[in-house]
Amino acid sequence: MKVEAKLLLYLGLFFGAMGIVYWIWSGENAGGMMLMASMALGFLPGGYYLWWGHRMTARPSDLDDASIADGAGIVETFPGSSIWPFTLGCGTFFVGLSLVFGVWFAVPAVALIVWAMLGAVSESRRGGGHTHNAHG
Amino acid sequence: MTELIERPAADGGDVVVVDDHGGAGHDAHEHHGPSGLLKWLTTTDHKVIGLSYTVTSVLMLVIGGFLAELIRIQLATPNSTFVSLAEYNQLFTMHGSLMIYLFAGPFAFGGLANIIVPLQIGAPDMAFPRLNALSYWLYLSGSLIMLLGFVVAGGAADFGWVGYAPLSNALYSPGAGADLWIAALLLTGFSAIFTGVNLCATVFYLRAPGMTMFRMPIFTWNLLVVGILILLAFPVLTAGLVMLYCDRHFGTHIYTVHGGGVPVLWQHIFWFWGHPEVYILALPFFGMVTEVIAAFSKKPVFGYKGMIFATITIAALSLGVWAHHMFTTGVVLLPFFSIMSLLIAVPTGIKIFNWIGTMWGGKVRLETAMLFAIGFVITFLIGGLTGIYLASPPLDFFTHDTYFVVAHFHSVVLALVMGGMAGLYYWGPKVTGYRLNEPLGKIQFWLWFIGAQMMVVPQYILGLLGMPRRIAVYPNDPQWATLNQWATAGAILMGVSTLVFVVNFLYSWKRYPVGNNPWDAQTLEWFTTSPPPHHNYYSLPPIRSERPTWDYNHPDQRSLAHGHHEEPAPAGAPA
Repeated sequence: MKVEAKLLLYLGLFFGAMGIVYWIWSGENAGGMMLMASMALGFLPGGYYLWWGHRMTARPSDLDDASIADGAGIVETFPGSSIWPFTLGCGTFFVGLSLVFGVWFAVPAVALIVWAMLGAVSESRRGGGHTHNAHG
Repeated sequence: MTELIERPAADGGDVVVVDDHGGAGHDAHEHHGPSGLLKWLTTTDHKVIGLSYTVTSVLMLVIGGFLAELIRIQLATPNSTFVSLAEYNQLFTMHGSLMIYLFAGPFAFGGLANIIVPLQIGAPDMAFPRLNALSYWLYLSGSLIMLLGFVVAGGAADFGWVGYAPLSNALYSPGAGADLWIAALLLTGFSAIFTGVNLCATVFYLRAPGMTMFRMPIFTWNLLVVGILILLAFPVLTAGLVMLYCDRHFGTHIYTVHGGGVPVLWQHIFWFWGHPEVYILALPFFGMVTEVIAAFSKKPVFGYKGMIFATITIAALSLGVWAHHMFTTGVVLLPFFSIMSLLIAVPTGIKIFNWIGTMWGGKVRLETAMLFAIGFVITFLIGGLTGIYLASPPLDFFTHDTYFVVAHFHSVVLALVMGGMAGLYYWGPKVTGYRLNEPLGKIQFWLWFIGAQMMVVPQYILGLLGMPRRIAVYPNDPQWATLNQWATAGAILMGVSTLVFVVNFLYSWKRYPVGNNPWDAQTLEWFTTSPPPHHNYYSLPPIRSERPTWDYNHPDQRSLAHGHHEEPAPAGAPA
């Protein structure tokens, strides 16, 4: 986790240094502001990973000499299939159309998006960890 | 249906997939999930999503290429009336938009990356499979919305793929085409952002045991950096587009002078996304070519850590060069952007040096994928070197908005298509279990390679002669006409090359089955079956270097830690 943290922190550091030089030298605000925001995007997750990397024990994927067996066990729970991304995609398609052809397209858009969000959330609550629930 | 993924208890053991139907076993899902169209609509498998991305984006390449052929036919003769001036504006706008927004990026970070990155790090899927599926549906709906522009009254967007203000405002570009363009970019922009999140999370959290950061293949490294760049760049474009939409419809004056706005602000925002975007497009293809060159030279990547350093440096510098697209506006800091742009040549040069170093002394096999990779290096070098000219403000003042710029970036993007083809010929067998026909592939390569040079070299000269870009007609000048005809001939050769690819695809359909590792390649994805099972691995080899499959298959030629060499066997010695 420390390599990941350093990658983001060094990028943030570079954007910060470049941004300060650019902002002072050019006096142009849009670019200076965007570079400062880029610095934050390096520092925020990078700082979190650094903080967390010092508190966790190294994972098997961080160790040079880890064997596959060191990572044995549950990796993660993955959805096997789900209709909700497609439903949500249909909703956003109508959002796109409503920007061009009129607000009334927002009605099916919002309906589909709300339906998809409810469906996805309840799917997650139902699905996670129910591995021994035959035909559940 | 949810599936709990477990890793094996020993190297080479079985990966156990447990689903909530109680069935244990790697193919348990095959008997329970939905089938047919519903299976495709509900899939969260990164390989199926990646394949959908690849097919859709290649379709966009074909449509965009068709528009390019129409442009070249128009320009083949002086004072041509093949298309009207208004139609020509739509043609070049949609050609650029399709190729940049809907082909090059989605093909690389949505298509091949989606399939290959989890395989290369031994992950069962992307970190957020449902978000990944949503990315594809957003991309597909964005693509459809952009193509709708051709059927609405007033036609498609016609202000260039860069949508410069104030030309793109409601006064100068009224009509649904422009709004469809904005809506499409909003949707595909979110699609890209979600993919960026997914790539970063997958690489950070789902690597197999022993797959440390500095053992990941270069392709995966490049895609991690692309994920970070997407998160930095795409939100800026999305915000810019929202403001453009407000200017067009809600009476704001963010990009208009008469309301107190600043038109050049759009250029700052657009290129703050647009230049990192150049590397979001390029870095995945750099990665593909690196993998192909290493595999077909039977050598480890030369300068592995240098490659990673170069990738990170390119990404870092790419955020500080946006205004080299704006030198002629007269309101940007020329020395800063010139220095930063010239600096990018250094890491890019390292990459080209390392590609040659990887081939040097290796057992080079000139199969189609390798030919495309070498063609990429040559063509990209031409595009990169002319980019160095353009980074110099005095030269840019002279060539800005001429065909020299057009030729420069077409050298680059035509090279990227070659990198993409190298990736398709190389990884196609892994994804489908079948390879393509080699002689047809070689014909496709030579047509494309010769066609690409035949198109861009006359355009470089035309640019230096002063032919502006985006003009539909030019005066009856014999020199311009001849050069344009050469360029058109080159474009037609590339069109024929694309047809050869389609023919090859149909001809080779399920004709040449392959094993797990047809190229004797080195990285982890070649350890699993072709095509890989649901959740990717029945078993994993020990991971002790950046090429675990090679170490497993060639125990006498193991990779050693950096800086250590097993004497006396030279790299690439026969097994």
